[in-house]
Amino acid sequence: MMTVNEVITIDNMIEKIASLLPRHYRFVTMTAVDVDTHFDLYYHFDLDYELTTLLLKLDKGAKLPSISGICPPALVVENEIQDLFGIVVSGLNLDYRDHFLLATDAPARPFCRVPGVSVSIVETEKTGGEK
Amino acid sequence: MKLFTIFKDIVRNTFSKPYTRNYPTEIRPSFEGERGKLIIEGEKCIYCGICARKCPSNALVVTKKPDQSWQFERYRCILCAACVEACPKKCLHMVSRLDERG
Amino acid sequence: MSMVIPFGPQHPVLPEPIQLRLSLQEERVTSALPVLGYIHRGLEKLAEEKDFQQDAYLVERVCGICSFIHSMCYCQGIEELMDLKVPPRAQYLRVVWSELHRMHSHLLATGLLADAFGFENLFMQLWRTREHVMDAMEYTTGARIMLGSCCIGGVRKDINEEQKKFVLDKLNTVEKDLKVLLPVLLEDYSVKKRLVGIGMLDQLTARERGAVGPTARGSGLAMDHRMTGYCAYGELGFEPVVENGCDSYARTQVRAGELLQSIDLVRRALDRLPDSELKVPFKGNPPAGEVVIRAEQPRGEVFYFLKSSGKDKLDRLRVRTPTFANLSPLLAMLTGCTLPDVAVIILSVDPCVSCTER
Repeated sequence: MMTVNEVITIDNMIEKIASLLPRHYRFVTMTAVDVDTHFDLYYHFDLDYELTTLLLKLDKGAKLPSISGICPPALVVENEIQDLFGIVVSGLNLDYRDHFLLATDAPARPFCRVPGVSVSIVETEKTGGEK
Repeated sequence: MKLFTIFKDIVRNTFSKPYTRNYPTEIRPSFEGERGKLIIEGEKCIYCGICARKCPSNALVVTKKPDQSWQFERYRCILCAACVEACPKKCLHMVSRLDERG
Repeated sequence: MSMVIPFGPQHPVLPEPIQLRLSLQEERVTSALPVLGYIHRGLEKLAEEKDFQQDAYLVERVCGICSFIHSMCYCQGIEELMDLKVPPRAQYLRVVWSELHRMHSHLLATGLLADAFGFENLFMQLWRTREHVMDAMEYTTGARIMLGSCCIGGVRKDINEEQKKFVLDKLNTVEKDLKVLLPVLLEDYSVKKRLVGIGMLDQLTARERGAVGPTARGSGLAMDHRMTGYCAYGELGFEPVVENGCDSYARTQVRAGELLQSIDLVRRALDRLPDSELKVPFKGNPPAGEVVIRAEQPRGEVFYFLKSSGKDKLDRLRVRTPTFANLSPLLAMLTGCTLPDVAVIILSVDPCVSCTER
């Protein structure tokens, strides 16, 4: 089971994360989950095979401050989240502007659950087959 | 400083038989239990539709009464054999791709 | 004069499409910019549409090289959620197939590396040896790469005495071949000229940039998730292979060491194979909750985040593959190298791009 070690806010997240890095914590990844009312953003760090998870609850429409300035490997993950969830990340070292993973003609923000609108994968019409 | 370390191997390869086969004329027999393609014994099937529900790639379509049919789209199949395990009548089988049935 | 060279997406040394925009100052690379998105398939989204048992087959297809470890890691996650205890025989069989996968992946990677520095002969010899490993996998599971032998609660296939003997025979052949090939890879003057001192990644940068797998272990970081003793690794005894060279040569040394170690692990696992059930039955859907599970792949640590809400479909499945973590260290290595070394450096981290983009 995953344990959330600490809940952080937009205001104190940079200093909380910056305090982990000098203690040899390794940045593992970030996970974003759309929970309808807001986004849950998990920051995973590793020290000696122990996972430390920080949780940030981000309101929909709010801007996410980038941690790529203090933690360079977060850059690719933040760009990915910006692509897939439509969360605007401010202060990115390198901003791919919504086309990091997605092609120009791909559906935008595929992971974002807009209330009342379900994004689902359309099945192609079944053809052929044999008895 | 070591040079030409692979020389011995080259000599060995030069004087040994070719490692490859003349493919279309000489085909490697397949291993026992190879998952090559899916076949069905149509007369045993009871059209329950469990295989279609288990299939991860939606390759199977089973229609129940009145027009009983079992449809299989080969190009969608990922050869995982989930349907074979799920079949209550054991009428689905995974056979080698060299098998003449199916 | 500065100029930009697009390296990829189609390039003879790249096995998969990724573009690196290299800014050059004469022969030196001053900065590299990765451009991804050529093979994004949306597998994470698709996983939310399939039920949790079908996902075991789906996640296997995230990667075409370390597929078994993907499905194993996912199944371990679901087992943790549902509180299932996997029988010992299944644990040992999982180790056997994971290590066979590691062997074929390392042979593939070193072969491609040999191809990148222009040693065509070594490339073909290594891939010939790889075929033996593939045969061992095909005979035991029925498929060469997409084994499909892992399921929630255990494994789907057993290894009988005849198959065990076949695998051990193949391991002997592989070991004999490696005795000839590894000295060529590690000691030949021309190979060393292309690898030693190329693509330096010091220990501090490796940690800061979040390097995993052979990339981290080649920089002196003793970091291997098998140390946590998941599956049967705890009982088999395990020490990570670590080198302190910090260059492409050290990473190749780590892979060579792990090849021999994997042969040893498979032998020991097959030797001690306990008798028990192959899988535990379970009922119902995974309970609501979140779980993070990690495992060691040939390229490094893979990370799975699973969120279930008690339904048959998962709420969220997130995969962080090792190459995704190694992207940032790769950019650090590329800065300051010369253009002819770029190909060697990229292949020394063993990139798996379709993994990265999922």
